[in-house]
Amino acid sequence: MNRSLESLLQLLGRTPRKPKKDELSPEVQKIYFYKKGEKVTKAQLEALHDEHHKNSKNKWRKRRWLTLIAVNLLFVVSYYLDIQLLEGALTASRFMGFHMADLNSALQVMLAHKQVLINLMIGITTIFILWFILGGRTFCSWVCPYHLLAEWAEKVHLWLAARGLAKNYTFHRGVRTVFYIIFALLALLTGYTVYEFISPTGILSRALIYGPTLALAWVAFLLLFEIFLSRRAWCRYVCPIGITYGLVGIFSPVRVTYDMTDCKHEGDCRNVCLVPHVLDVTIKNRSTDVEIGIGADCTRCGLCVDACPTNSLNFEFKGLTHKSSKPEVERSLMPEKKEEQS
Amino acid sequence: MTQATNTKAENTKPEQNKASKKPSKKKTINRGPGRRAQEARRQFLRSVALTVGVTSVSLAGFIPLKGHADTRLKMRPPGALTEKDFLASCIKCGQCVQVCPVNAIKLDDLDTGFGLGTPYIEAREQACDFSCDGLQCVLACPTGSLTHVLDYPKDTRMGIAKLDKPKICLAVAGKGFKGIARGPDYDGVLRYEDIDRWNPIPLKDHPYDVEICDLCVQACPIEQRYNQCQEGNYPSGDKNQCPPKRAIGLELIEEKNGVRHMKPVVYDGCVGCGVCEMICPTEQAAIVIDYNEVTKMPLSPEYLKKSEGHS
Repeated sequence: MNRSLESLLQLLGRTPRKPKKDELSPEVQKIYFYKKGEKVTKAQLEALHDEHHKNSKNKWRKRRWLTLIAVNLLFVVSYYLDIQLLEGALTASRFMGFHMADLNSALQVMLAHKQVLINLMIGITTIFILWFILGGRTFCSWVCPYHLLAEWAEKVHLWLAARGLAKNYTFHRGVRTVFYIIFALLALLTGYTVYEFISPTGILSRALIYGPTLALAWVAFLLLFEIFLSRRAWCRYVCPIGITYGLVGIFSPVRVTYDMTDCKHEGDCRNVCLVPHVLDVTIKNRSTDVEIGIGADCTRCGLCVDACPTNSLNFEFKGLTHKSSKPEVERSLMPEKKEEQS
Repeated sequence: MTQATNTKAENTKPEQNKASKKPSKKKTINRGPGRRAQEARRQFLRSVALTVGVTSVSLAGFIPLKGHADTRLKMRPPGALTEKDFLASCIKCGQCVQVCPVNAIKLDDLDTGFGLGTPYIEAREQACDFSCDGLQCVLACPTGSLTHVLDYPKDTRMGIAKLDKPKICLAVAGKGFKGIARGPDYDGVLRYEDIDRWNPIPLKDHPYDVEICDLCVQACPIEQRYNQCQEGNYPSGDKNQCPPKRAIGLELIEEKNGVRHMKPVVYDGCVGCGVCEMICPTEQAAIVIDYNEVTKMPLSPEYLKKSEGHS
């Protein structure tokens, strides 16, 4: 429960704090102590990194991109072929006639209209259950079309930033919570769904299905802002949809778990992460337990799982995945492999 | 590999991240507590700027609505709540667009502010001719922005037809009409019950030949239903489909100077569907829909009864 609260506070903007030594479990303390003695050189780390990326197939990224494109394409195909499989857009839809409603859009509409829309309740409940099970912000990285564009823009940003052509101005993460409150209040006070006017998710989803609009210029502006001025700014610091689904996913059974045993703390995972603060536990002396679940702000995109050279990060479905299902052999071989190379 | 070097700043602890913007150059100097506080202050100011910036952009949605809080900028699909409630409750999903058999419904763009993504009908391009009978858009609407109380075309209140330019009206000029109503390049469709009950056909495939132009009256879906009911032939076999009053008719008008001519006259049964505006064969439509006004004809008892249950 305590960890869920911490996960919630981090979702809302709190910076993770370094745990005190007595907060670390004895087992963890022992492992960290052992690691202190086992010096890892830069060359060893690089060899480990290269070895991993030679074999890595970006498994999760492939699956995710495929899912994201498939879901969005299903809307388009369903409309163009008139097969009524998935009607509507991401804000609200029917899957084979069954209602679904985006939780954030539904919230904005109800705040603006000041009515609990009974018709929406089925759609809201369906989507709530779906994303509760699948992991809340999983929506962001596995469905939201803006996420994919932003991911590509991020690559351009990193390329430019490495050459000094782009900056990465950071903001306080708490600002997203401020936006959440602002847009809720605006909907309530003005009676308009103000956020929907600037939501790149809605704009893109509709543009894909119903044809391009001028509103795409706003999406283009956001992408340029992210490319030149601030890495992944919209998803990190603004989007209230992220908070809505983050809240849904706090107790979700699907999450990425971190096992600190073999971790080299080199930070490959944090480099690729959209929300690196959730991976704060991968920094040396930050994990309180040997195995720890990653917080609610995590979008379950799996980039860290793909990136981790030591298999310390893995997807877990609470109650279904057992520790034994992890590739034990690989785990125990990892350090030896590295020693052989050096 | 490139990613690892590119994002060195991200790699370090968050506090250090703030403190050292260029870790490679001035690592030791940047780590001072003063520097850290300064960077925190800068980040705070940037965050305030971001908040003000994004909020301002979102509020730009008000601009096109200035002075139009309660009036419609465009015609809305059947069953639309009052404009204010409509904009509040529409979830902008376009399911109404997808089910319309004549593709009359389109989604608004940025220029209508908070109307972005909400459905509208451009009657001159393609009007709602109620060819679905059952009001599919209303049934599709997940939020009731198009009120689920509405079951029948007769209770729709999209606006009301007005003879906007009587001077160009062919009937007023005593002229007939022969040919394709809107020319061969026009893509709009209408349902002709005598040709195909289920499928609307292009207007260009249905030429007219009339002594006095009465296309607006002929094409009017309410008139058609009214006439069917008079013959005891209820639309979709449902007596409730019958409009209580006529919507439009050609009348012989005698002006003060004694000149007598025909003229389309709009009656209380008009629901503002816009088919008259769509089919009007003159260059500009002589008859148009005023979508900010509706008929004085009361709603049907069925509607009122259902509406009580809803509120």
